[in-house]
Amino acid sequence: MIEFKINGRAVSLDIDPETPLMWAIRDDIGLTGTKYGCGIGLCGACTVHVGGRPTRSCITPVKDVIGAEITTIEGLSPTGEHPVQKVWRDLQVPQCGYCQSGQIMTAAALIKDIPEPTDADIDAVMTGNVCRCMTYNRIRDAVRTAAAAMKEEATNG
Amino acid sequence: MADPRSLMPKRAPDGARLSRRGFLVSMCAAGAVFGFPKAPLAAMDPGAADGLPIEAAGGKFEPAIWYWIDGEGRVNVNIIRAEMGQHVGTAIARILADELGAAWEDVHITHVDTDPKWGLMVTGGSWSVWQSWPLYRQAGAAGRVALAQKAAELWGVDVAAVTVENGEVRAGARVAGFGELVRAGITQSFTEEELKALPLKAHAELKLIGKELAALDIRAKTTGETIYGIDAKIEGMVHATPILPPTRYGSTITAIDDSAAKAVKGYLETLALDDPSGTAPGWAMVIAESQWAAMKAAGLVKVSYALNEAAAGVDEAAIQAENLRLVEDEAAGALLESGNSDVAPVFAGAADTFEASYTTQTVLHFQLEPLNALVFLGEDGVWQVHTGNQWQSLCLPWIQTALGVAEDKVVMRSYMLGGGFGRRLNGDYIVPAALASKALGGKPVKMVMRREDDSAFDSVRSPSLSKLRMAFDGDKKVIAMETAVASGWPTKVMVPGFMPKGTNGEAYDPFASDGADHWYETGAQRVRAISNELAEATFRPGWLRSVSPGWINFAVESFMDEAARHIGADPLAFRLGQFTAEGRNAGSAPDAVGGARRQAAVLARVAELSGYGKTDLPADTAIGLATTYGQSRSMPTWVGGAAQVRVDRATGRVDLQKLWIVVDCGTVVDPNGAHAQVEGGALWGVSMALYEGTEFAQGLPRDRNLDDYTPLRMIDSPPIEIEFVPSTEVPTGLGEPGTTVVAPAIANAIFAAVGVRMRHLPITPAAVLAALKAQG
Repeated sequence: MIEFKINGRAVSLDIDPETPLMWAIRDDIGLTGTKYGCGIGLCGACTVHVGGRPTRSCITPVKDVIGAEITTIEGLSPTGEHPVQKVWRDLQVPQCGYCQSGQIMTAAALIKDIPEPTDADIDAVMTGNVCRCMTYNRIRDAVRTAAAAMKEEATNG
Repeated sequence: MADPRSLMPKRAPDGARLSRRGFLVSMCAAGAVFGFPKAPLAAMDPGAADGLPIEAAGGKFEPAIWYWIDGEGRVNVNIIRAEMGQHVGTAIARILADELGAAWEDVHITHVDTDPKWGLMVTGGSWSVWQSWPLYRQAGAAGRVALAQKAAELWGVDVAAVTVENGEVRAGARVAGFGELVRAGITQSFTEEELKALPLKAHAELKLIGKELAALDIRAKTTGETIYGIDAKIEGMVHATPILPPTRYGSTITAIDDSAAKAVKGYLETLALDDPSGTAPGWAMVIAESQWAAMKAAGLVKVSYALNEAAAGVDEAAIQAENLRLVEDEAAGALLESGNSDVAPVFAGAADTFEASYTTQTVLHFQLEPLNALVFLGEDGVWQVHTGNQWQSLCLPWIQTALGVAEDKVVMRSYMLGGGFGRRLNGDYIVPAALASKALGGKPVKMVMRREDDSAFDSVRSPSLSKLRMAFDGDKKVIAMETAVASGWPTKVMVPGFMPKGTNGEAYDPFASDGADHWYETGAQRVRAISNELAEATFRPGWLRSVSPGWINFAVESFMDEAARHIGADPLAFRLGQFTAEGRNAGSAPDAVGGARRQAAVLARVAELSGYGKTDLPADTAIGLATTYGQSRSMPTWVGGAAQVRVDRATGRVDLQKLWIVVDCGTVVDPNGAHAQVEGGALWGVSMALYEGTEFAQGLPRDRNLDDYTPLRMIDSPPIEIEFVPSTEVPTGLGEPGTTVVAPAIANAIFAAVGVRMRHLPITPAAVLAALKAQG
């Protein structure tokens, strides 16, 4: 049995320990916001947080996350109101949207790590996530705006 | 020349405008319209977390098949287009809602299934808004008139005194919501003639068109709730992953050894598919209890083939050599209508001539959601296909042939697309899933292709070659132009009946020749398009974002720059001088009012905006220009583009510092979406100009995943300034035109910066370096 926590819920799966976390999340747990894109960890559509760290779930076997706490796009905010999600909507970032779960998970972790990112920081981190609709310029603006909003929130809170 | 109205089925003579089918005034009961046993499962609302569309409550008034209004005053707009990032439902619904006088917060959208009543279902060519504009406005007007008449009847007032605005119907002090009037019962119907005669609002009265509104599909795309084809589920389904043959065509399975796969937990079996439609020859399908088991097992099953050795021997160089042979063969190909095409005597008597050839490499769609489909036989005997697709009307017959069933026995539910870009115009990927389900007695089979396989059998942008010649008189005036273009033709392979005939009687693919019949006045002009049958026997050529205007304009606009320099003219002034906007280039109503005059205007504006011609740029840095008319002469979207580059002479690396794009698309329906489409399209242009491309090797694209296929990423994404020309003309397409100007603008900037002419895409640092070295 493979046991870990996902979005605060304990799960126990009787599956091949080599199963990539992405397929376990999608097919065995039934959360489909995490996407299959390239399967080799280079597009970022499958990004989730493992112990708070952004992780490519398509190249992470479930045996490596036993006992870990995992957060997917569905668990980032129970109401979909994480500041990054809000800014993503305000700036109308998504086009087809397929990569955006991964973009948002990467961006949320980036802002946590670097609360005041420079454009170079944003480019360096976010360039790991492919967006085939090419929403890159809006993503860059959105990360900048979300970081400012979160800083404001932290200051006022 | 690619007038989509010429591509429509015979039964709908008004074609792209869809008007005949559009106004079957429908009173049909809820539920009767869908082929699915359970109506809500048939359609999709991208704004709802569960994807389920709203159902009418408290009565329903359906002024046309395109929408209904219910007793609660909600307006539900039916969308036949695929949502793949354009927010197409929001754009179309607002056209209708504006004419109707609805309040935007009451508007919902439903992406419908493939009921024949919708007519042709295709999402491509940047046509959606352009085609929907007249149709959905008339439909909206019908509802407005009916609501006003109902109110006039109830209140005993003259209908002329009734206004319908923002969801409210008013006459003097009396006011009613839409729901109230629907509950009172509206049965008015309109003949087609009556509908056409309905008064439409003046442009100044439009309240939603051109205004900022949040796209209805966006929220769910930030919470992971949007349901794409790959997320489709049905009880009892098995998972599947194909094993592809070594060539796209002609290799057959001789043996399957799955002994090693049997150790995979959840592995069930491997099927050799038998395809009567010829779409997926030589495919095997691995069936398992989970997607991962299917993929893992697919790597362990050994399939033996009788190899199509001829196809397996084809590489990129062979395809380009064939393009060259065809272009040099004056007898090959179709001649396009281009006015006086008798160029030979003009070239023979010219004081000076100039010629150049341009090539582009194979490009993959690499839409981020790998191809997938879920297929099963429903309890009602109708096969259900659950997937994302851009051209349902094209692939439904293939699926019917594959399954051996009649036209009314297959229906598709349209899911959201994790990227289209033209890949899902070709629904070939549905056929193997259907065949697997058929082999399993109609059991639900959900197939997901591995990324590398998606790439291997992509309907790629064909390798292309364009050869251009120009003749000048003694005063350096342009007196003739000749253009010949060769590539694999998607329309010939997939819908040959849709190819118009050229002036020499030969059929041609408009999507492999658009761009060549430009709006420049060149005197005599000859335009020849040639299909590369070697390419077509090797792969299934695709329509890829902007299709031929994406490669032919690289040639035309690079050539205009070169020709100008050849006669010692400034490239901007030279182009403007050829935009005489006379004769066949004068343009015509409704779609091309103004003709070349509007193209000249966007070019002049982008030159001004970018500061083209300024002399204070740093060393090895320059601005290049290009202009196009978007996708086709029949639906011109006028585009001017400028690119500023700095070329690193040591590495050959091109640093694209900024792009400027000026667009005249007539009326801008959705400003935010318009900006997003132009920006995304332009960055596709950047990607194909500088970063992505592959080559055929042994019959297949060589680079199949992101370890060696390298599309644009954020770090190389330049700032872009986009401007739309204010206009009240007919809205034309925006999904692709942004792509078309970028590669030539970059190539022209590179020449202006360091004096080397790059005539092949993609422009790699190695190629730039080699050109710099050759320059000495």
